Amino acid sequence: MAVTPLETTAAAAGQGTRAPVRRRRLRQFTARDRVVLAIMVGIPTLIQLVLVWLPTLFSIGLSFVHWNGLDFSDMKPAGWSNYQYIFTQYTQFWPAVWHNILWLLFLGVIGTPLGLLLAVLLDQKIRGSRIYQSIFFVPVMLSLALIGIIWQLFYSQDNGLLNFLLGTAGKPNAVDWLGDSHINLWAAMVAATWRHAGYVMILYLAGLKSVDPSLREAASLDGANGRQTFLRVVFPAMKPTNIIIVVITIIESLRAFDVVYVINKGTNGLELLSVLVIQNLIGEGQVIGVGSALAVVLLLISLIPIVFYLSRTFRKDRLQ
Amino acid sequence: MTASAPTISAPIGATTVNPNRRGRPLWGTIIFVTVMAVMWLLPLLWALYTSLRPKAATDKYGYFSFAGPFNFDNFVTAWNQGGFATYFGNSAIITIPAVLLTLFFASMMAFAVARFSWKFNVTLLIMFTAGNLLPPQVLAAPLFELFKHTILPYWFSDSGTLLNTYISVIAVNTAFQIGFCTFVLSNFMKAIPVELTEAARVDGASVWRQYWNVIMPLTRPALAALGTLEVIFVYNDFFWPLIFIQSGNRLPVTTAVLNLQGQFLSNYNLLAAGATITVIPTLIIYLVLQRQFVAGLTLGASKG
Repeated sequence: MAVTPLETTAAAAGQGTRAPVRRRRLRQFTARDRVVLAIMVGIPTLIQLVLVWLPTLFSIGLSFVHWNGLDFSDMKPAGWSNYQYIFTQYTQFWPAVWHNILWLLFLGVIGTPLGLLLAVLLDQKIRGSRIYQSIFFVPVMLSLALIGIIWQLFYSQDNGLLNFLLGTAGKPNAVDWLGDSHINLWAAMVAATWRHAGYVMILYLAGLKSVDPSLREAASLDGANGRQTFLRVVFPAMKPTNIIIVVITIIESLRAFDVVYVINKGTNGLELLSVLVIQNLIGEGQVIGVGSALAVVLLLISLIPIVFYLSRTFRKDRLQ
Repeated sequence: MTASAPTISAPIGATTVNPNRRGRPLWGTIIFVTVMAVMWLLPLLWALYTSLRPKAATDKYGYFSFAGPFNFDNFVTAWNQGGFATYFGNSAIITIPAVLLTLFFASMMAFAVARFSWKFNVTLLIMFTAGNLLPPQVLAAPLFELFKHTILPYWFSDSGTLLNTYISVIAVNTAFQIGFCTFVLSNFMKAIPVELTEAARVDGASVWRQYWNVIMPLTRPALAALGTLEVIFVYNDFFWPLIFIQSGNRLPVTTAVLNLQGQFLSNYNLLAAGATITVIPTLIIYLVLQRQFVAGLTLGASKG
C-alpha cells in the first residue's frame, strides 16, 4: 500500500524550484480574464456562503426565537430563554455533554494511541505488514451507519458473537450490550474506535514515512534506544501529523452521530449533543429554537479545535 | 526480517546501540498485531458468516454452530425485499453529480487561490477550510427550513419545495466537500512551478486555458485521489438524506440501512445479508482503488 503523500509528486514535478510561486498582479489581465477569474472564485464562494456560512449564522439567529417551523409569522423573539431552558430544565442536556466528553476521552485515550501503536509496529519490517495494514484499514472505508449495524449483530444479546465468546449467550446473565443504558455508550464507543484507530494508523504511517531517516540514525549513534528515539526524536518530528490527529479526534467526537442514531436514535444512555439537535428539529414537536440553541453550543465547542487548526495551518500564509 | 541484518559497512557501534531495529524477528510485535487483526475482522466475519446461513439452520442449531447448509439465499431475499436496486440507484444519482461538481468547483477555486495573489485569497481559503470542519448538525435546522420554504413548481418537485429531492442532498454535500477539496488542491497547485503558467501566458493563453490545459492535467493525480475519497465520503453520508428526504424510495443505501433494521428485525440472517450487500461496493472500491483512497486521506489529512 503506497502511503506516499502526493505532495512529493508535485514537488518532484517542480524539480527543485523551491522558490515560492511568484504571483502576478491582477492588472496584467485582460477584461475577459478578469471576468473568468471572478466567476471561478464567485460560484464556489457563493455556494459556500449560501449553504454553509449563512445557515451557520441563521442557526445563531434561530436560537433566539420561539418557532414551530411552520410559518415565518409564528416566529416570536425569545431572548436567552432557549439557552436558559437547555441549561437548567432540559434533563438530557448535561448527560449529552458528559457523553460527548466521554466519547472524546475514549477516542483520545484508547482510539488514537491504539492507531499510533499500530502504525509504529507496522512501520517496522515485519512480514505481511501490508496485509495487516489493509485489515486495520477496512473499517475506515465503511460508513458509520453500517458500522452501527455490523456491531449490532456482534453485540446482540441473544444471537451476538460477543455474548457467545463470553459464554453468557442464552443465559439469564447475558449482557444486553446496546440495551443497558449503563454499558451501551461504551459499546458504541468501541465500535467508533474500530474505525477511528484505523484512520489514525493510516495518517501516522504516512507521518512516520515523512520523518527524515537520518534523524533516527543520528539518535541511535548518540546512544538512544528505540523508545527514546521514538519519544524524543521521531514523535516530535511528526508535529504536523500530530496536530491533524488531535483536531480529527476532537471533531470526530463532536460529530459522533451516525452510530448511536442507527443503534437506537440516540436515546436511553446514548444521548449526544448532535443527536439532541436533530431530535428537536425533526421530532414530533418541532422546537426549532431549542434545537438551534443546542446547535450553537455545539458550534462554539467546535470552533475551539477549528480555530486552533486554522491558526496553525495558515500562520505562514498570513505572513507572506 | 533476517534480510535486514547489519551489513559489514555499518558503523561498528550500530548493532549494539540499536538492537531492536534489526535482526530480531519481533515475535512480540507479530503476535500482538495478529491478535488485533483477528479482533478487527471478527465483527465483519460474523456478519458474513451469519448471512450465509439460512434462518432455518440457525433456528435449529443456534447461531453459534457450524452445522447446516450455507448458501446465498439470504442475499437474494434481502436484495429483493429490501429494494437494494432502488437504493443503489439513488446512491449513484446522488454521489456521481456531487463528486463531479465538488471537484470542478474546488479545482477552480483552488486555481484562483493558489496561482494568483489577490486581496482576500487566504481569507477565503480559511473560510472554505473551516466550513468543512463544522459538525453538519449545526447547519441542519436553517438548511431544512431554507429548503422547506423554497417553493418550486410541482412538475419539478412533488413536494413543491426542495425537500425530498435529490438536488437538496447533492447541493449540500457539494457545498460541504468543496472546502476540503479546495484546501487540498490549492496546496497541490501551489507546488506546480510558476514558469509553466507563465510560459502559457506569454504564448497568449487566457486564464481559462491556463487552468484547463496547463494546471488541470498536472493536477490529475490529486484529482484521482480526491475523487476516490469523495466517492466514499458522499456514498457513506448518512446524515443529509436522513434530514432532507422523506420518501423511503429516494434514500441512498447508506441511510436506507435504518429502514432495513426495522424491516428485518426478526430475521437476523437477513439483516446480516443486507449489511454485507451494503459493504460490497465499498469493498470493491477498496480493492481496486485502495492506493488512491489512502493517498487522498493522507494528502488532505485535514478532513474531520
